[in-house]
Amino acid sequence: MAVDLSPIDESMLDAIAGLHGMPRGAFNIRRDGELVSRSSSAFIDIESFTDKAGIKITIKPGTKGETVYIPVIITKSGLTDVVYNDFHVGEDADVTIVAGCGIHNDGAHKSQHDGIHSFYLGKNSHVRYIEKHYGEGEGTGERVLNPTTNVYMDEHSTCEMEMTQLRGVDSTIRDTNCEMQTGAKLVLTEKLLTHGKQEAISNMNIALKGEGSSVQVISRSVAQDDSLQVFNPLVVGEAACRGHVQCDAIIMGNAHVRAIPGIEAASEDAQLVHEAAIGKIAGDQIVKLMTLGLSEEEAEQEILDDFLS
Amino acid sequence: MLELKGLTFDVVDETTQQKKRIIDQLDLVIESDQFVVVTGPNGGGKSTLAKLIMGIETPTAGTILFDGQDITGLSITERAKLGIGYGFQQPARFKGMTVKKLLDLAAGERLSPLVCNEYLRKVGLCSASYIMREVDKSLSGGEVKRIEIATMLARNPKLAMYDEPEAGIDLWSFDRLTETFRDIHEAKDGRSIVIISHQERIIDLADTIVLLRDGKVALQGPREEVVPQLGFSGHRQGDDGCGFSVPKAARSLQDPIMSATC
Repeated sequence: MAVDLSPIDESMLDAIAGLHGMPRGAFNIRRDGELVSRSSSAFIDIESFTDKAGIKITIKPGTKGETVYIPVIITKSGLTDVVYNDFHVGEDADVTIVAGCGIHNDGAHKSQHDGIHSFYLGKNSHVRYIEKHYGEGEGTGERVLNPTTNVYMDEHSTCEMEMTQLRGVDSTIRDTNCEMQTGAKLVLTEKLLTHGKQEAISNMNIALKGEGSSVQVISRSVAQDDSLQVFNPLVVGEAACRGHVQCDAIIMGNAHVRAIPGIEAASEDAQLVHEAAIGKIAGDQIVKLMTLGLSEEEAEQEILDDFLS
Repeated sequence: MLELKGLTFDVVDETTQQKKRIIDQLDLVIESDQFVVVTGPNGGGKSTLAKLIMGIETPTAGTILFDGQDITGLSITERAKLGIGYGFQQPARFKGMTVKKLLDLAAGERLSPLVCNEYLRKVGLCSASYIMREVDKSLSGGEVKRIEIATMLARNPKLAMYDEPEAGIDLWSFDRLTETFRDIHEAKDGRSIVIISHQERIIDLADTIVLLRDGKVALQGPREEVVPQLGFSGHRQGDDGCGFSVPKAARSLQDPIMSATC
């Protein structure tokens, strides 16, 4: 299939997936609601759904060390793209999945992408999932990203999810749901930056159903200008399990941040902890970096970059 | 290198609204290649003096000259770029920033792992264990303090001011630290060290001692002349297992911590 990518396309693919040209192995690149290019590999099969927009990614049992890329870009103002991506990860597989969505909106109409991702992790499998969201463009039209992420983890599977909103997303409602069986382990890291009048709402519901399952939720966010952020992570322990929820936010300007980390135990052997902190950049941090030769503005940016790194 | 003329710093007590003088028309000259220890009772103005020199605090009156240039009105950043450095008594912590990144920022360039190893080794830290650690709450006070000193070594300023570098540091690391300070001083490459300290073993390294009391220089001169007047308790490592002692002149009756020898 001939691949025609504009400089804007290439720039956004770099921002959201670190891609320069077509990747090797399995990938699916979607632009403005249509397929740009796709490739399956010997162990990873990608096929379109016939009843809805989206793809089914099947990773064979025992697949090791492969990376699959499924970035989405939107460059048309006024487009709403709803897509379903299902990942079936075979037993004992160990793979990296790189997703992400970039919206370039130069027009006056809202551009929106709703990605509904469902992961089915087989026994003893391991997945590292990396997702980045990014918006840009000179238009007045909103850039909206509403991801839904469902994770079903079979026995002793492990998963690291790194979900980042870089900048430029006017509105986002993020829903993340996980069900974890015996011995499953999940580290879920969410990093958000909002600025201007942007709004971000993140809901999580993580059910620790199996004995020995564990989850660590790490939320780090920076709210600048007049932006609004709301965090609602909930971890429910239904067995002898461990859960830790940590929300950390830097607030700047006239921003508003609400963090409501929740834990719920339905087993006397559930060990659940939550903590939340919201605060501005500490003055002693700025001063320290200024003594190393950074200007006040450089120091502030450095602190934010590291916080969200 | 550094000349302070009539340096004065007043603060207003928030409860009484009374003006309080912290640094009182202080004159001081620090030459190139000098190793100066500033000692004195708590509340005598030692940390404030260093912060005035670094630009963290702004003097009420007086002048600060650095290499002949009047830097009184310069920002912290500008002074840092001229070659003034300050190692904080209570260093800041940074979520998400690795030790490596902090050392890179201090040096103003990306350092090789080997160079980072050397800076960390000099403060008694194993590089492999620390280089990618975040400088956050997961580190102990002593670890953060040693990393702070490592950033000063990486920065290598013309005038390096350390504010109680020994605080929170164990005896073994303290030995390593004194060796490092001695090496810097013996290099005699035009750089000067100012250390705020009460500890005899650090005072022993200095060639000039400044005793600061009530915001004024109460005593100043070569170590050989000043130390006998400080009235050390005479403790040495090995005598009683403790290498630290505090000069009587640096003690304050109002401060029970400073009044006790360790």
